[in-house]
Amino acid sequence: MKQLTFDAVVIGGGAAGMAAALELDARGHSVLILEREDALGGILMQCIHNGFGLIEFNEELTGPEFAQRFEEKVVARNIQVSLRTTVLDIREEEGAKAIYCVSPEQGMMRVQARTIVLAMGCRERNRGNIRIPGTRPAGIYTAGLAQRLVNIEGYIPGKDVVIIGSGDIGLIMARRMSWSGCKVHAVIEILPYPSGLTRNIVQCLNDFGIPLYLSHLVTDIYGNDRVEGIEVTPIESGALMHEKAFKIACDTVLLSVGLVPENELSRNAGIEIQPTTNGPWVDSMLMTTMPGVFACGNVLHVHDLVDYVVEEARRAGANAAAWLSGYRPARELRVKTGQNIRYVLPMRINPERENRLYMRSLVVKNDARLEVRLDGAVVKSRRLAHVQPSEMLSLTLAPEELSAAGRDSTIEIALV
Amino acid sequence: MISDWKRSQEMKEIYDVAIIGAGVCGANVARKLSQYELDVVLLEKEIDVSLGTSKANSGIVHGGFHDHISTLKARLELQGALMFDRLHEELDFPFERCGILVAALHEDEMKAIEQLYLQGVENGVIGIEMCSRERMLELEPKLNPDVVGGLYAPSGGILEPYRFVFSLVESARNNGVQVKTEFEVEAAERRGDCWHIRAKGGQEIRARYVVNSAGLHADSVSAAFGAERFTIMPRKGEYYLLDRTTKAKPSRVIFPVPTEVSKGILVIPTVEGTVLIGPTASPAQSKEDFATTREQLEHVLHAARMMVPAISENDVITSFAGLRAAYGSDFYIALSEKVPALVHVAGIQSPGLTASPAIGEYVKDLLKKAGLRLVEKPDWDPCVRKVPRARDADPFALDALVAQDPAYGDIVCRCERVSEAEIVAAIRAGHTTLDGIKYYTRAQMGRCQGGFCTYKIIRILMRETGMRFDQITKRGGDSFVLKGSL
Ligand SMILES: Cc1cc2nc3c(=O)[nH]c(=O)nc-3n(C[C@H](O)[C@H](O)[C@H](O)COP(=O)(O)OP(=O)(O)OC[C@H]3O[C@@H](n4cnc5c(N)ncnc54)[C@H](O)[C@@H]3O)c2cc1C
Ligand SMILES: Cc1cc2nc3c(=O)[nH]c(=O)nc-3n(C[C@H](O)[C@H](O)[C@H](O)COP(=O)(O)OP(=O)(O)OC[C@H]3O[C@@H](n4cnc5c(N)ncnc54)[C@H](O)[C@@H]3O)c2cc1C
Repeated sequence: MKQLTFDAVVIGGGAAGMAAALELDARGHSVLILEREDALGGILMQCIHNGFGLIEFNEELTGPEFAQRFEEKVVARNIQVSLRTTVLDIREEEGAKAIYCVSPEQGMMRVQARTIVLAMGCRERNRGNIRIPGTRPAGIYTAGLAQRLVNIEGYIPGKDVVIIGSGDIGLIMARRMSWSGCKVHAVIEILPYPSGLTRNIVQCLNDFGIPLYLSHLVTDIYGNDRVEGIEVTPIESGALMHEKAFKIACDTVLLSVGLVPENELSRNAGIEIQPTTNGPWVDSMLMTTMPGVFACGNVLHVHDLVDYVVEEARRAGANAAAWLSGYRPARELRVKTGQNIRYVLPMRINPERENRLYMRSLVVKNDARLEVRLDGAVVKSRRLAHVQPSEMLSLTLAPEELSAAGRDSTIEIALV
Repeated sequence: MISDWKRSQEMKEIYDVAIIGAGVCGANVARKLSQYELDVVLLEKEIDVSLGTSKANSGIVHGGFHDHISTLKARLELQGALMFDRLHEELDFPFERCGILVAALHEDEMKAIEQLYLQGVENGVIGIEMCSRERMLELEPKLNPDVVGGLYAPSGGILEPYRFVFSLVESARNNGVQVKTEFEVEAAERRGDCWHIRAKGGQEIRARYVVNSAGLHADSVSAAFGAERFTIMPRKGEYYLLDRTTKAKPSRVIFPVPTEVSKGILVIPTVEGTVLIGPTASPAQSKEDFATTREQLEHVLHAARMMVPAISENDVITSFAGLRAAYGSDFYIALSEKVPALVHVAGIQSPGLTASPAIGEYVKDLLKKAGLRLVEKPDWDPCVRKVPRARDADPFALDALVAQDPAYGDIVCRCERVSEAEIVAAIRAGHTTLDGIKYYTRAQMGRCQGGFCTYKIIRILMRETGMRFDQITKRGGDSFVLKGSL
C-alpha cells in the first residue's frame, strides 16, 4: 500500500476544496487534494447556466467557467491533485491523521497529514426522505441527477415533467428541460413560499409559463413500468384537502427537495455532527471536534451561492494554515441561536479577531431586524427588507463590537 | 457483447423438467435438480430472476415457533432453517443468525408468548427461551422499556433474499440448468409423454415434467395446464427502509406478539446494516399493485416505534411493498391430481423463504414419486465463485484487489461502497437492468438512492452490453430510463 505524507490534505476538489487548498499553499504548506471524479470542479461542472461569480469575480460565469478560474490557479501553483480517488476512511493513528483512499491507478493509499480540510459537498434528498407513497416506476430522478444526465451525458430523462419541490436545482432544471423541448407541467411545493431564489422563480418558471403550486403536497405517484402521473393535494390551514386532490399526467418526476451535507466520512471518524445543519460542529476557526480537521463549503452547511462557498473555504484554508503554524485562539465565545433563527455558524467566535457568521431564518418575514446580543445586550443590529429560510444571511463581527465580552460571555443572534 | 450466460443458452429438444417461475422456490428446485443427470430449464416471465415476491419480503430465516408441526409449512420451515449454514458456505450470499425476539408490551400478551414457547418446544426449536423483562432488555437494549417479557429464538436469522436467489440460480446454471427470462408461460398442452409449453411471445419448449412455482400466478399457470382450479389472492405488505446511520438499529429481529392474521410489524436489522420496518397486511388491488400508501406506512412507523421508540421518520430512505400469494392456511405443494407430471408449489406465503431449501428437496421427492429418474452427477459443484466486495475488504485486501483488477479502485456507489468491478460482475452474471444491478451489488440502494451513481451505472451497462441508451431499463418491460438524447 502506497504511503504519502503532506502537511494538509483536502478531501473534495469542488469549489470549496480548491479555494481552501490555494490558501494553504499560499502560506507555504504542502497540500494534496483528493477528488473522486476524473476532474476538479465538483458540482459546478454540471451547472452550465449563468449566474456564478457575481460576488467573487464581479461578472456572470457558468459553473464550469467559475471552476476553471480556480483550477487554473491550482495548476499554476503546482498543487498536487489525485483524481479518481475516493476517500474511504479518516483515522487517528499514533497521534497523526491517516486518510485511506483508493483509485484504480494507485490502488489503496494511506496519506498521513497534520491537518485535513473536509470539502465533500452535499447530496440531494430523495423520494424516500420525503416519503411520497405510490409505485416505484422508472422516471423518478433527483433534479441534480437529471441535470447531470442532460448537461453532461447528453440524455433526456423524459418528456412530460413534473418537478417536486421548488429548490434552485429544480427551478433551473425546469428551464433546462423546457429548452430541451420537454413540457414541464408544474412545480409542486409543500410550503406556502418557494424554497429557491426569487430570481430563479422569475427566470425559470414565470418566463416559461410553468405553474408553481404552493401549499400543495404530492400524495401519490402512479404507473407501473414508467411514471404515468402524480396526485396532488392542496393544503389549507395545515390540513390536506383530499376532496380537492387532482392528478397530473407525466412520464417524469424530478425531485428538488433539499440538499444534505455528505458527512458519512466525518461521522465515521467520530466528528460531531450538528442536527440543525447536518454538518460538523465547528469553532471560530471552522475546526471540527477532531483537532486539526476543518470543514467548509456544502459539507459544512448548504450554501445558496458558490461565492459564499469560496469565501468560507478561504477562511478554512487560512485557519488550517494558522493552526499548522501553532496558532490557537486564546478565548472563544459561545454562539446561541435566538428567536427565529434555525442555525448560526460557526458555533464559537473569537473576540480578538474579525468573525464572519452565516445563519438561516426559520421564518418568512418582511421588514425584519437581525440582532446580535452580547449577554443579552444588543451590540449590533441590521434592518432587512425581507428574510426567508432559503436565503442565507451573513454578518461580520469586529473585535470592537465585542469589547465588552467577559470570559463566559455568550453571543446570541435573533431575528425580530 | 452480451453477458456470458445468455450466450450459452442453446435449446434442448426436450427437457426432463421445466420449472415455471424463478423466485426462491423455483430457484431452490432448480439447484436441487442440478445435482442429477437431467436437462432442466427454469422459465421466468420477468427480465431477471427474483423480481417477484422473493425480492420484497422481510428476509428472515424464521425461528420455527409460529406454526404447529402438524402443518406442512412448519415442517418445511424447521427443515429449511437448518440448511442455511451450509448454503451460506456454498453460495456467496449475506446471511447471519442474529436471533429473533418476540416482545410482549402488556401482561395479557404473555399468555400468547407462553403458547408460542410451548409450540416452539414441541416443534423442537433449539435454544428457545422465555424471557423476563430484564432479559429482553439485556438481549436488546433498543427495545421499548415498557416491554414486560417475551421469547428468544437464537437460531433465527436474516439474509438478503435476492442475493440468495441469484446465487441459487448461478449455482444451478453452473451445473447445467438453463435459464430463460422474459418467457411468460401462457399455454400448455400434453402430447404423448411431453408437455408443450408456449410463452406469450410465441416461443415453445417441451418438457416431460413441470414444476409450477409461479408465485402469485400459480393459479393461472395451473389453469393453462388444465390442472386444478384455485385462486391466489394478493395480500400486500408495505415497508420502510431506514438508513444504516439510524440510532434505532437493533441487533436482533424484533416481532410483536402475532395476531390471527399476521406476524405483525417487525423491526429487522438487515444483513447489510440498514433497518427494515414492516410489513403491513392488507388486500392488494391486483397482482401488479405494488404501490405504497400513506395510511399503511404511517401505521408501519407507529407500530415499529412501539417496539423500538428511537425509530425516526428522518431515517427513512425508501419504501416498498411485497405481495403475499395467499391461498388457504398452508403451503400447497403437491402433484396435480388432474393432469400428469405437474407439481404445484403454490400458496407459498411466509415462511416460504425459510422453507425454500426444504421445498427444493420435497419437490424433488414428488417428482421421483411421479416417475422422474434421479441419477446423481459425479461432478456436481455446490459452490459459486465468490465475488469480493470492496465494502468488505480491509485496506490491504482492497489494495490487492485493485492490483488484480483496477476496476476495484473505482468506487461507483459511494453510499454502499460498490466498485466498478462489482457492477461489471453483476452484468456478466446476467443482471442487465438498473434494478438487477442494484440487487446484485447494492449500488443505488443506499441513502442517496442512485442520485450520484445512476449515470455511471448507465455508462458501464452500455459499455459492457453494447446496449443503446434507449434500451436501458429499470427492470425490463417498458421501464425505460432515458427518453431521448441531445
Ligand atoms: C446537484 C447540485 C446542483 C447544484 N446546482 C447549483 C446551481 O445551479 N447554482 C448554484 O449556485 N449552486 C448550485 N449548487 C450548489 C453548489 O454545490 C455550491 O454552490 C458549490 O459548488 C459547492 O461546492 P463544494 O466544493 O462545497 O461542493 P462540491 O462541488 O459538491 O464538491 C465536493 C467534491 O468532493 C468530492 N468528494 C465527495 N466525497 C469524496 C470522497 N469521499 N473522496 C473524494 N472526493 C470526494 C466530490 O466528488 C466533489 O467533487 C448545486 C448543488 C448540487 C448538489
Ligand atoms: C411482505 C412479505 C414478507 C415476507 N417475509 C418473509 C420472511 O421474512 N421469511 C420467510 O421465510 N418468508 C417470508 N415471506 C414469504 C416469501 O417471501 C415467499 O414465500 C417466497 O418469496 C415465495 O417465493 P416463490 O418462488 O414461491 O414466489 P415468487 O418469488 O413470487 O416467484 C414466482 C416467480 O414466478 C414468475 N412467474 C409468474 N408467472 C409466470 C409465468 N406465467 N411464466 C413464467 N414465470 C412466471 C414470477 O415473475 C416470479 O418471479 C414474505 C412474504 C411477503 C409478501
